[in-house]
Amino acid sequence: MKQLLTVVSRRTVAQGATELVCRLEQPQDIAPGRFMHLRVGPLLRRPISIARVDRDLITFLFKEIGQGTAELASLRPDDTIDALGPLGNGFPIAAIHPTQRVVLVGGGIGVPPLYETMRQLVARGVTCEAILGFDTATSVFYEAEFQALGKTTVTTVDGTHGTKGFVTAALRPESYDVLLACGPEPMLKSLQQQPIEHKYLSIENRMGCGIGACFACVCQTPTGGYVKTCSDGPVFRAEEVVL
Amino acid sequence: MTERLRVELPGLSLKNPIMPASGCFGFGEEYAKLYDLSELGAIMIKAATGEERYGNPTPRVAESGMGMLNAIGLQNPGVDGILTNKMPFLETFDTAIIANVAGSTPEEYELVAEKMSQHPGIHALELNISCPNVKSGGIQFGTDPSLAAELTRRVKRVSTKPVYVKLSPNVTSIVEMARAVEAAGADGLTMINTLVGMRIDVRTGQPILANRIGGLSGPSIKPVAIRMIHDVAQAVSIPIIGMGGVMEVDDVLEMIYAGASAVAVGTANFVNPYICQELIQQLPERMDELGIDHILDIRGKAYESTLHRA
Repeated sequence: MKQLLTVVSRRTVAQGATELVCRLEQPQDIAPGRFMHLRVGPLLRRPISIARVDRDLITFLFKEIGQGTAELASLRPDDTIDALGPLGNGFPIAAIHPTQRVVLVGGGIGVPPLYETMRQLVARGVTCEAILGFDTATSVFYEAEFQALGKTTVTTVDGTHGTKGFVTAALRPESYDVLLACGPEPMLKSLQQQPIEHKYLSIENRMGCGIGACFACVCQTPTGGYVKTCSDGPVFRAEEVVL
Repeated sequence: MTERLRVELPGLSLKNPIMPASGCFGFGEEYAKLYDLSELGAIMIKAATGEERYGNPTPRVAESGMGMLNAIGLQNPGVDGILTNKMPFLETFDTAIIANVAGSTPEEYELVAEKMSQHPGIHALELNISCPNVKSGGIQFGTDPSLAAELTRRVKRVSTKPVYVKLSPNVTSIVEMARAVEAAGADGLTMINTLVGMRIDVRTGQPILANRIGGLSGPSIKPVAIRMIHDVAQAVSIPIIGMGGVMEVDDVLEMIYAGASAVAVGTANFVNPYICQELIQQLPERMDELGIDHILDIRGKAYESTLHRA
């Protein structure tokens, strides 16, 4: 559960977005959509999604938001990271049948975990389509990587690259059986309403422990109960959570 | 476990002085996947109220330097839910269980305390009169000495187990609070709870926490805790379980030098979920290095030597 990651490489993939490839101390298969809880920043860990896993290599792609992610972005090869994980429950790819039509919808820094998800689905023989939303042309990343896996549409809010508008501008709900999404809350909220049979959303929340003990990252359920983002999620059925 | 770590306190026969603090360990289920909870001196379980509580809206946590603000808001399954669904699991471990008792009214505190104390698997109660994150109850009892004393008396009347009162640092004189609850029959003290604080997001100009205010914990508050334990230990004759920013083995020793008889670990569990186990393992070696035979040989030495010098 606890392991030391060693940085292998670091590069900037878009404005403010850093890709960090690290070597796992404990090589393992990781279900897509799970996360690592990294000890960066002054005190608390930071939950970071996983963009790619290749045997003993793990890739993170994140945006510099505050102290923790700035520290993460400043790491150099051979630096080590105290990591807890993988934690949480990812996308239910084993339940998806190759005959089902799957769309992956990512918004901004919610895009990275969908890359590993699409890789694993395609490896299982599932045909996927990706719709990736960004603010502007300079914030776009991984477009070619997604295109190598299947049909990919990029949208930008200001229209400087791809389709102008939000991801919903490119979404044809009647064409899909399964939707897998990760991104900002307003995007997930609007996807919750889409007439697609199976919808899974990966949500974000400020976390404490990351293992379900501290109750910092709870999310309300429609029945008045709650789920914990870290240990029950971060991926939920769209009907399970109130956003 | 070696006898040099053993600590005997009212209702608690501890194989070592280390325990996770209430609210930082849930009901043990998550940490039990990582190590054997029987290694712990005790477990202070998450606060219980009379009925199930959902708690505050999110965000509920915000980092602040070497500290963390939280405003969970006493989310818990209620006393009956804890006794029915959480205690059977906790009872499978060979460790003392301390139940944290919260409420909005004296009657609610009494109800929770009575039910908790009657459970054979619960060894002591921790009276939570210092939670800063709920609108009614909690901290108002913890900032007025006469209200704190009255509540302690009422809970002592209904409890069949020793009662430790958890003190708030958000007071003018914590010594006065400690004396008041000792006179009202408290069997021990746990201190300190969190310091009330706030952080503001400069992009929105609004507080980060949905509850606006929260309780500050972590290394930032350790010197405050040490000072308060040091002052209170000299003013009362009941034992103190010290807490507040303990991250490493020397922090444990500092608390005991200041006058604590046992030490609870809170925020550090979020940073390193193995911390309690590691501290227990590291204590004997560090005691050897410092020439300490039994852990309580150093209790209160920080002020005793001052007295000798005077």
